[in-house]
Amino acid sequence: MKKLTRRALGPLALASSVATFVMGYFITPPDKVQGELARLVYIHPAQAWVALYLSFGAATIASALYLWPRTRSMVADRVAASAVEVSTLFIGLTLLTGSIWGRPTWGVWWVWDARLTSTAVLGVLMLGYLALRRANDDPQVRAKRSAVFAILTAVNIPIIHFSVMWWTTLHQGATVFTENRHLKIHGSMAWTLLLSFIALSLDFAWMVRARYRIADREAGQRNSELDAALKARRTESAS
Amino acid sequence: MVVASLCDVVVTTGNFPLLSGVDLTLEGSTTYVITGPNGAGKTSLLRLLAGLEVPSRGSGTVLGFDICSAERRELRRHVGWLGHETSFYPDLSPTENLLFAARTTGADVDSIYSALDRVGLTHRAKVPLKSLSAGQQRRVSIAWFLVRRPQLWLMDEPFASLDDEGRVLISELIVAAQTGGATVVLTSHGALPAETLATSIVMVGGRIAEVAS
Amino acid sequence: MIRLILLVAQKDLLIERRSRVLLWQVAPFGLMTLVLCGLAVGPNASTQAKLAPGLFYIVMTLVALLVINRTSQLEASRGTATSVQILGIDPGAVFLGKGLAMFFQLSIVGTALLAGTTVLLHVPLHAAILTLPVLLLATATLSLAGVLYGRIAASSANAGTLLPALALPAFAPVLIAGERAFSSLIAVGPLARWVWLLGVALGAYACVGLLLYGALEES
Repeated sequence: MKKLTRRALGPLALASSVATFVMGYFITPPDKVQGELARLVYIHPAQAWVALYLSFGAATIASALYLWPRTRSMVADRVAASAVEVSTLFIGLTLLTGSIWGRPTWGVWWVWDARLTSTAVLGVLMLGYLALRRANDDPQVRAKRSAVFAILTAVNIPIIHFSVMWWTTLHQGATVFTENRHLKIHGSMAWTLLLSFIALSLDFAWMVRARYRIADREAGQRNSELDAALKARRTESAS
Repeated sequence: MVVASLCDVVVTTGNFPLLSGVDLTLEGSTTYVITGPNGAGKTSLLRLLAGLEVPSRGSGTVLGFDICSAERRELRRHVGWLGHETSFYPDLSPTENLLFAARTTGADVDSIYSALDRVGLTHRAKVPLKSLSAGQQRRVSIAWFLVRRPQLWLMDEPFASLDDEGRVLISELIVAAQTGGATVVLTSHGALPAETLATSIVMVGGRIAEVAS
Repeated sequence: MIRLILLVAQKDLLIERRSRVLLWQVAPFGLMTLVLCGLAVGPNASTQAKLAPGLFYIVMTLVALLVINRTSQLEASRGTATSVQILGIDPGAVFLGKGLAMFFQLSIVGTALLAGTTVLLHVPLHAAILTLPVLLLATATLSLAGVLYGRIAASSANAGTLLPALALPAFAPVLIAGERAFSSLIAVGPLARWVWLLGVALGAYACVGLLLYGALEES
């Protein structure tokens, strides 16, 4: 069952992404106010969801699992690192699609809006995480410091969010729901939007799994190299 | 009484095995001297016994503390360490360094002054550590042994950088420590002073090659 | 625990008193950066006054980086790090002790820079005085955060360049809150929310530090 799920993940992610594209580009009508530009709604919110909540949420949980002695394992570290790499990618895509939408809407590529700014700051923090991982060779040291940094970042996110939100807000208001939690968009648009969230979530899962497998193989390679080094060292002592 | 028991312990840095599978048992109230060529793992073994290194593989206990777990932190409180490099804070004087160490560990603060006198540093007790010679800086670390009175003494080439008087001092302290029930483990490249009776541990390639009384 | 915190703080401050890095290196850097800010925004006094809060907190953030790097390097050498590890001091006490020492140092430099900002960038005196408690709150937050990020970066390759990459984004809320509070005191505006935000950030860093500093020390 587990193997079937693993094998189905890639095709499912691809199929749902293609379906999102087809529906978003060909089937759903243009928005009556924003016209064709509104089709970005089938990408941008889902990217933000993956970048800010799914990826970083996974990284935070995996980091906490690593730091907790009873659940500490290098698997948790590798999952956290893989999730952060995917998060960084999706943050970049979120800012890019946001700018593409913002240019015709606001007249500029960038504004110091609360959500954009918070997302950009988080993106820089993610780059810091990746820089930290490259600064330490020892796997245990790297894992511990990265995990603490991830937890610190998770604690920082609401602080950053509120500070920037109170500072200024220009962002599009709630796109999907009204204040009374009624759907603002209807019909094919709503279904396509939902599909985009599912598709990008599956893409996220597939990417993290692929990156994890690479990290796992790298760890296996390191273990083999260590075994060889041990053998050589023991031969030195025997002679 | 067994003070330390190590079973196939591997310690790595990056992918290089500093210790490539150490099996060792240390008895109490005994002096051990570790010898071997450069890169044999002597310092790494001392650091492992001090709870300063994390084993990648294997298992072991030192003074009853599991060196593969967070108990290492507690282990460190019970050992004394004399390393190659300058210990403590270079900008502070020997007195200030030892006062800080004593107050944070609950050791007898008053014994600092007699310890500094014993190692011949009374006249230099108030100058910054960085102003002292290498040998004098090592004497400050030795003074800390006298204040702390640890159960396990770990000394990395204790006779290096010391003059004849310093070597005699170390020898006397080692004998006194052993008589007092402590276990002393030291590394050395050269021959020890004749009065130092020790069990020899020879290391090669990160492993124990020989143990001989 | 309080005794240990004070001992660690006293030790760091004693080292600073001996080396005088704060007096001869950090403070001049802060002052020079302030002057450069004034030069960069032009000679118009009203422009300078308007931008003063933001410029002040940028300078404070950069000064904090210097102090953090300095503090985290005190135990950077292998011999010192080993001898301190052997002491087995409670990591929570080390965290708060170093934070306390850093707070004292940053507060002294920050107060001096605030005076400099008042003079050079034409900030109303009453606003500068009233912003002092907020400055102290901001420096306390920067201090605790700095101890954590300094420890994360320390002993890594290129610690000096890694520290800003890790810490600056996290300092953004402190910079925003400090600047907004300062501006609110100059031209009456909401103050409470920024003080609250700084308090929450301080509490968050304190909790995370007490929980996780030990894990960082072990690495």
